[in-house]
Amino acid sequence: MNRQTTTLRSICAAALGMSLAFALATTAAEAAETVHASNAWVRWLPNKLPAAGYVTLTNSGDKPVDLDLDHVTSPDYGSVMLHQTVSNGSTSQMEMVDKATVPAHGVLKIAPGGYHFMLEDAKRKIAPGDTVHLRLKFSDGTTLDTPFAVKSPAEAQ
Amino acid sequence: MPSHSPALGSPFDAPPPALSPVLPRNRLLPRALRLAATAMFALLVAACSERGAPWQLTNVSGHLPDLQFSLTGDDGKPIDASAFKGRTTLVYFGYTHCPDVCPETMARLMQVLTKLPSKDAEQVRILFISVDPARDTPQLLRDYVGAFDPQHARGLTGSDRQIESLARRYRVAYQMEKRDPKGNYEVTHSSAVYIFDAQGHARLLATDHDSPDAIAHDLRRIVEGDA
Repeated sequence: MNRQTTTLRSICAAALGMSLAFALATTAAEAAETVHASNAWVRWLPNKLPAAGYVTLTNSGDKPVDLDLDHVTSPDYGSVMLHQTVSNGSTSQMEMVDKATVPAHGVLKIAPGGYHFMLEDAKRKIAPGDTVHLRLKFSDGTTLDTPFAVKSPAEAQ
Repeated sequence: MPSHSPALGSPFDAPPPALSPVLPRNRLLPRALRLAATAMFALLVAACSERGAPWQLTNVSGHLPDLQFSLTGDDGKPIDASAFKGRTTLVYFGYTHCPDVCPETMARLMQVLTKLPSKDAEQVRILFISVDPARDTPQLLRDYVGAFDPQHARGLTGSDRQIESLARRYRVAYQMEKRDPKGNYEVTHSSAVYIFDAQGHARLLATDHDSPDAIAHDLRRIVEGDA
């Protein structure tokens, strides 16, 4: 009896573990292919002024995916925040963004005049022509380590 | 046909809105911003009813005062509007700690210059006037405009009072926002570009909705002396 129970338990545990591992692996594999980054660039400004990072995020999955804004980091900048420029008639202002969603089978454009990553406290000397990295985390648990091309400010996207 | 309807005269005859950009916590400012936005709208309507060859940008001829200022150049020396006499001048109010709209506007103006014949582009000066004189030193402005185009772009700053009076003159709204824990702050500001002809007359207003092609088209007419 005892022995049978133990055997049953072991089998159950193994089965559970395997299915869990399988489920996790499947999720990770699917999720890893869900969101893609393209056209990632930073508009460089002199004298360690805050710079703006732009990227197009494409979601090929069936579910919307949120950017995990509390966990967007960079090895190159001490501070990374998603901001949005809001036009209000003749004036414009920047606002912190709490949530940004890449829609299912859709695109989130982080582009001039709208969303931008505000990059501050550069950890090293950065110049046009360099590449910097942002680690973008998403609500499905995936992370994109994205290279951003640093461009001269006069270059529009 | 009058150049603008009497009803539209009132925002311009009224005393200018009391902008106090030096005080981050001034509660009157949202009202001032609204007033300025209303004035801007009235200006657009008035300008759109003007006669003459159509402009792709907003025609403000006769509705804004001539280019006149007394500021500090990006070389640290005093400078006034006479330094730009004979040039077509694009005036933009911005600040260097503005990572999105200001550099995007400057980059768009760079594109505009590339669309002009080089003899026309030579006649153009872009004045980046700081609405954040506390942080924007002449040296910082020099580096900033130099990163875009040292040949055509100039950075101008001044005392709070000088900037405030200039902003009032051209009905530019700006407002310091709250400081974050690190002491950084944003400045809400007008994103329009004012175009003055070689005689210093205010002629056109370009907004971020105007394409570089449209701006280049009209700018070329101004540079080449088209009335």
